[in-house]
Amino acid sequence: MASPMRIRAAAKDGVTEVRVLMSHVMETGQRKDSAGAVIPAHFITELTAKHNDKLVLSAEFGPSVSTNPYLAFKFNGGAKGDKLVVSWVDNKGDTRTDEVQIA
Amino acid sequence: MKKQLLLTALGAAIVLTAPLATAADDELNFDAYREMLADGNPAELFEMEGEELWRTARGPKNATLEQCDLGLGPGVVEGAAAQLPRYFADTDKVQDLESRLMHCMEAQQGIPSAEIINGSFGKGERGKLAALVAYVVTHSKGKPIAVDLSHPKVKEMYDMGERVFHYRTGAMDFACSSCHSQDDKRIRATQLPNITKPEGAAAGWGSWPAYRVSNSQFWTMQHRLWDCFRQQRTAEPVFASDVTIALSVFMAGKGNGAEAQWPGVKR
Repeated sequence: MASPMRIRAAAKDGVTEVRVLMSHVMETGQRKDSAGAVIPAHFITELTAKHNDKLVLSAEFGPSVSTNPYLAFKFNGGAKGDKLVVSWVDNKGDTRTDEVQIA
Repeated sequence: MKKQLLLTALGAAIVLTAPLATAADDELNFDAYREMLADGNPAELFEMEGEELWRTARGPKNATLEQCDLGLGPGVVEGAAAQLPRYFADTDKVQDLESRLMHCMEAQQGIPSAEIINGSFGKGERGKLAALVAYVVTHSKGKPIAVDLSHPKVKEMYDMGERVFHYRTGAMDFACSSCHSQDDKRIRATQLPNITKPEGAAAGWGSWPAYRVSNSQFWTMQHRLWDCFRQQRTAEPVFASDVTIALSVFMAGKGNGAEAQWPGVKR
């Protein structure tokens, strides 16, 4: 069960700035544990952000992204009180969706 | 490996922008790097976990920590960390944040302290304690460090902390002061605060607990102090033992008045 994201979204002068902090191990599949066994790859593969129901960002993630990834982006539009939904899917099929109101 | 590569990449980025900065020394300055990270400090993830742990009924007594008294009254979290360590009459001890939370977990939830003391950093109940620390310190961010040194037991701890700070021991005959009693010293690229001065003590005390980017871990002050002992090549201190609290009182007391930057973010 994936842990929640922390999402902050603020609208100013017609532009919404979104900052997302995700909780994820982002294992590359290239590391070994203390017993020498390969730690299986486990990382986010896809991320989407929707403003109300409109897709504003779609991103492909991979093993080069750090543990507990942080993503910041801006999009045109968005107003205070609007809904912003961020979702990710990882290579094991785990998924997490969190929602905030734009401040 | 990935993390090393990432760090190298970030390091390269800092070096590339160095010509814009004033002094050559700035190349070794990680403030800019920390600033970039501070906005999305993953310590927040631990804080979120800690907040939930604070409110969740757990342990043999199935209780929350909402009645835990961190010094400002039962359940008061706001500003509490800035005034720790302090003397607590109910335990007749000077306690830092970790030992106080450990006391609350035992007294209110029935989670035995031994489980935490004998545990490992980042695991089990000690890991949960670290998340609780993240939650509590975040509510003292920007508050002035205000440790009351007037109580005789606190003063005793302060004096003991000062002695420990200067006590040379271990395979390398090292004291804390070997690294932390001069200005502008560094180990590799890490700048060492001069803890014998208020600003240095505040820089140390006020920036831990912190998230360490290089290993994706959240480290409490107990964890950081344990690592100092390890780097000294001396006996590891027992978790939340008097020596760790004495050093904490010394640093916090010396840093009194400065703004706490909790939770910090470190390389």
